[in-house]
Amino acid sequence: MATPLSLKELSKKEVLLTAGHRMCSGCGAPPVVKMVLLASDYPVVASNATGCIEVSTCISEYTAWKIPWIHNAFENAAATLSGVETMYRSLKKQGKIDKEIKFIAFGGDGGTYDIGFQSLSGAMERGHDMLYICYDNGAYMNTGIQRSSATPFGADTTTCPAGSVIPGKLQQRKDLTKIMAAHGIPYVAQASPSSWSDLMKKVRKALEIKGPKFMNIIAPCNRGWRSRTDDAILLSRLAVETCYWPLYEIENGVTRVTVKPKEKKPLVDFLKPQGRFKHMFAPENEWMLKQAQEEVEKNWERLLKEEAFTAPKEEAAKE
Amino acid sequence: MPKIVAVTGNEAVAEAFRQVNPDVCAAYPITPSTDLMQRFASFVNNGKVKTEMILVESEHSAMSACIGASAAGGRVITATSSQGLALMWEELFIASGTRLPIVLGLVNRALSAPLNIHGDHSDGMGARDCGWIQLWSENGQEAYDNTIQAFRIAEHMDIRLPAMTCMDGFIISHSIERMEYLDDEAVKNFAGEFRTLNPLLDIEHPVSYGPLILPDYYMEFRRAHAEVMSKVSKVVLSVAKDFEKISGRKYGLFETYRLEDAEIAFVILNSAAGTSKDVIDEFRNKGIKAGLLKPRLYRPFPYEEVGEALKHLKAVCVLDRADAFGASYGPLYIDIAASLYPYKERPLLINKIYGLGGRDYLPEHAELVLNELAETAKTGKVKTFKEYIGVRE
Repeated sequence: MATPLSLKELSKKEVLLTAGHRMCSGCGAPPVVKMVLLASDYPVVASNATGCIEVSTCISEYTAWKIPWIHNAFENAAATLSGVETMYRSLKKQGKIDKEIKFIAFGGDGGTYDIGFQSLSGAMERGHDMLYICYDNGAYMNTGIQRSSATPFGADTTTCPAGSVIPGKLQQRKDLTKIMAAHGIPYVAQASPSSWSDLMKKVRKALEIKGPKFMNIIAPCNRGWRSRTDDAILLSRLAVETCYWPLYEIENGVTRVTVKPKEKKPLVDFLKPQGRFKHMFAPENEWMLKQAQEEVEKNWERLLKEEAFTAPKEEAAKE
Repeated sequence: MPKIVAVTGNEAVAEAFRQVNPDVCAAYPITPSTDLMQRFASFVNNGKVKTEMILVESEHSAMSACIGASAAGGRVITATSSQGLALMWEELFIASGTRLPIVLGLVNRALSAPLNIHGDHSDGMGARDCGWIQLWSENGQEAYDNTIQAFRIAEHMDIRLPAMTCMDGFIISHSIERMEYLDDEAVKNFAGEFRTLNPLLDIEHPVSYGPLILPDYYMEFRRAHAEVMSKVSKVVLSVAKDFEKISGRKYGLFETYRLEDAEIAFVILNSAAGTSKDVIDEFRNKGIKAGLLKPRLYRPFPYEEVGEALKHLKAVCVLDRADAFGASYGPLYIDIAASLYPYKERPLLINKIYGLGGRDYLPEHAELVLNELAETAKTGKVKTFKEYIGVRE
């Protein structure tokens, strides 16, 4: 069982990603990494896909990582960590190592949904005892805001700009969290840094489960989202409150929505503060707002149905 | 006591891997190396080795996992061929740039397109400049011996570089030969315990692997890599000396065959060297002074020693089992030409491209080339500098 989360206890723990890294001010990703590492009750060895976090945290002779950390390439954080974890098992079996160590991979949406998808899928299928964390900011931010398969419908990016003929990205996002759940792995979850306690509880729970785990965590990027530099947490909260980014977990096939908004806000509340959706508010693009809202409704309803469908039966609960 | 066996090249390399008993192996099937890894997998699943195997979903992930496992701190192996090595290409540079002593069994095979599963050297040649050590092998015995030595070379504390051993697909990997296996204990002692260097799993001493290095320091890293490459020859020779003690078999940076007093010679890699040696014997019987040089350590290329060994000849033909499209000559030729360039007196040098996609290299091809070399040596005139042989023109 995971130990319960207490602020008092957390405040005494060392932050394992130091200050002085070179992420943009107001970026949503470093708080995600810090929360994930803070949540662990165990020593962690991490791998990191090429991307914003990677290029900003280990430059020349400086490193912001106080834990063992490996960056290999863009598309293989999962495969690389699967190698580290396998060596750990091999050495442990041989009696050359006795410590309990946990393994966490970090990748952005480009390195996870797109180029690293095969590597991730393979590592999960093979059953490595590791947790993969995707920090999803919805585009290739490190290379300058290019469209990824995680980019939301309608968004203006540098490779799908809101033009006079094509108004931004016309496809829906890939639902990676569900795809990972379809691998039949023991634990899959979605989280947001705005709900820190929910996020860290999920990490703590995941690390107690043997086998492959996946978490998708929204991480606002003010450069790519064209938002204020102090709005990362606010925007991640709006993503949850509009049900654009539902917080849920799928544990051994049982879906549970962990945070249900008391009052479901309209999607425009999430879209409006972001420059990347500005063109959707033009009168001729009203259809885009409508379509985006409909997609959110559809996904939210399906999630609730899944929750009801997979919930343990009452009879079983009584036994 | 060494054991005399009749086995294929793949069987022999799998046996070497079993005897060295690595900690982790990550592999993906591809012809003709599949059979090697199948054999190794059966050692794993029957408890003959302590190795943990990662059956990855691509060769890119195979090398990625090898890099993770090696950085974690242990002995790591893999094997591949052709497209597999091509898919690993990005990772090959990362393995060597990160200075990880991974050992890879390369069973040489042609590259697509057109698709072809048979032996040539385009895969190994495509990876020749990726910072790995390459040891090439004429037959199963050499592949076995090179594999065992590769661990000692790669893991040497002055080196710490990945190494690949190369043998010809099907011609060697799937042909049964007589060879000698060493005792398990002898191989175990020869390979020794793996020595870790900044292992990731040492959580008391956290290290960061894979930093971003910008123009202020990148070049120094590459310079250091070049420096390490320059130390490999010495280590290869000292490891060969130790290996001779347990096996009785002598290895150098390259093999010379009747070269000392020769006037004309072949430079040729891997299995075709065997055929060439037979034909050289026939020409010697006819009074023609023919010889051969077969590179073993192809990367880093011992150009000074090769130049010294070849400089006295009148005419030399470099036979390449891969072309370098758009370059002046085949890849091996370019290295030999560069090795000989510093000498004022040097042999006339010609290049033949042979055996692509598993096309047979026959004694009559060697005869044709030797006749041409004899003529060139006599007249001092070169007929053609570069041409394909054994091909429909």
